[in-house]
Amino acid sequence: MSAAVEEVVTEGQAVEAVPKRAMTLGAGTSLVVLALLVFTPFVVKNFIIFQMTQVLIYALAVLALNILTGGSGQFSLGQSAFYAIGAYTSAILMEHFNVNYALTLPIAGVLCFGAGFLFGQPALRLSGVYLALATFALATAMPQLLKLGYFEHWTGGVQGLVVTKPDAPFGLPMSQDVWLYYFTLVISIAIYVFSVNLLRSRSGRAFMAIRDNEIAASAMGVNVSLYKTLAFGVSAGITGVAGGLGAIAVQFVAPDSYTINFAIALFLGMVVGGVGWLPGSIVGAAFIIFVPNIAESISKGLSGAVFGVLLFLVIFLIPHGARQIAIVGQQLAARVRR
Amino acid sequence: MELFTNQILAGISTGAIYACMALAVVMIYQAIDHLNFAQGEMAMFSTFISWQLMQWGAPYWIAFILTLALSFAGGIAIERALFKPLTKAPILTQVAGFIALYSIINSCAGLIWDFTIKQYPTPFGSSPFLGSQLISTHQAGMIGITLLMLVGLYFFFRYTRMGLAMRAAASLPESARLVGINTSWMIALGWGMAAAIGAVAGMMIAPVVFLEPNMMLGVLIYGFAAAVLGGLTSPFGAVVGGFLVGIFENLVGTYIPGVGNELKLPIALALIVTVLVVKPAGLFGRPIVKRV
Repeated sequence: MSAAVEEVVTEGQAVEAVPKRAMTLGAGTSLVVLALLVFTPFVVKNFIIFQMTQVLIYALAVLALNILTGGSGQFSLGQSAFYAIGAYTSAILMEHFNVNYALTLPIAGVLCFGAGFLFGQPALRLSGVYLALATFALATAMPQLLKLGYFEHWTGGVQGLVVTKPDAPFGLPMSQDVWLYYFTLVISIAIYVFSVNLLRSRSGRAFMAIRDNEIAASAMGVNVSLYKTLAFGVSAGITGVAGGLGAIAVQFVAPDSYTINFAIALFLGMVVGGVGWLPGSIVGAAFIIFVPNIAESISKGLSGAVFGVLLFLVIFLIPHGARQIAIVGQQLAARVRR
Repeated sequence: MELFTNQILAGISTGAIYACMALAVVMIYQAIDHLNFAQGEMAMFSTFISWQLMQWGAPYWIAFILTLALSFAGGIAIERALFKPLTKAPILTQVAGFIALYSIINSCAGLIWDFTIKQYPTPFGSSPFLGSQLISTHQAGMIGITLLMLVGLYFFFRYTRMGLAMRAAASLPESARLVGINTSWMIALGWGMAAAIGAVAGMMIAPVVFLEPNMMLGVLIYGFAAAVLGGLTSPFGAVVGGFLVGIFENLVGTYIPGVGNELKLPIALALIVTVLVVKPAGLFGRPIVKRV
């Protein structure tokens, strides 16, 4: 314990190695899910549509974390900070500069990509718990920074900013909620397709090589520092777009909506959905939105305990998240076909 | 200069709180190789148990020892019931388990003892220590107990068979199993010891921050930071890290203008991250050499 012996270890795998084919859904299943997402709004109430929009937005944020952790093997508890940057970028552009809401999203994405890429630089030297602590620091600092007096003119300080909700364009006969849902859906699908392709590309293979064994990856000629920071940047960029959408959907941004608790919720969403399985993001997002409400309805005073017990049940039954159910389902389907 | 020394003294006395917590964090990290997010809540719960015992009329030291025994048993029980089944689960799933445990303990404590702030007694009294207004006898006692625990742990790990077995189980589980060490029980023992050390930390901290279900939140964050700064493999580093973080925090608050209570935490964390970037294994941690 006191001797300064150098410890030699074979690098343990912090994140499971998920082969890239196992990271996505088959074409048939994808179409069914897509059809469900497109047609549900015709049959449900406005409030449920609003909640579905939220699920999609959170799913984007979980997906972003999944690319970072499941793809490149880096932990982050700082996603709430990038989400906040995205949300504030959209809100400030819309309210102070009258920019169209749809145009604020790419700006938020690019800005967050830059922020993530820069943050990835010092984070390069850290891994595991140390990286978790660094990103945690970012997450705790963000709400305080947003409250600072210097920026109050732009950010609205503690009170935050109110964002106007967009109407459906071209006189389409749909309510604001329904329009926003389809708007979010289109963006989510675009980002999902982009992410799937990214992980199948050369960069995606580089991410996974780094995740599985950093030293081996660098020996194979992968530029480890470039791809690690790139993963941070892409993840932050997608989170930023999600943040912008979130600001438009809830029509309000305030520093205290983006605390560390939100980052922890995103982390839980990723674990429940299955680390490294991109379609699981939407399952995880639904979990972190609906399960706290269910816990609250079971018992008001003990809602935290009920939530904890439900979470334990999920991880006891399916330690690999929703991905495990999908794998079992696939095997069953294969058996039926035979 | 007077202000400077005073701030350092004040930093040392808050640092003692963080050092206590950091020691518990490092203990469990040694045993299970993860940071336990529920550590603070476990300590809080133990502190409430001791408070309850005292409400029922037990004298301080009897309540203290009973609580240590109960926490030790409780830590082992939690490991056996909840985390042993998860041994084979992915690491991130286990971390989610810690978060679930956190939420359960916090909510239960709130229901049993409610969220009002309670006074907690100190065995050392609270008069000024050696005539200094900044350190009270309680804080001096707390520093003393932290150092005592550190020395005790050092001897336990260095000179007892059990300590040696725990170290072996933590650093090379496979080989430890081959020489006949029951690694699974060593992990449970690690949980028990961490819970007991956490209980001591909680009972020492409670007179300063007062007793309530959320009392450990801030302390745990600083405790983690201190443990990481000192190096997660070194209990000595954790204690030094705790004092350093306490001093950092105070100096930042005093000398950098415009830093209110709100910005203290981010700045302290930023400083720690800066140190880590230069020295990734922490100040006293052993660098780990990786091979393919």
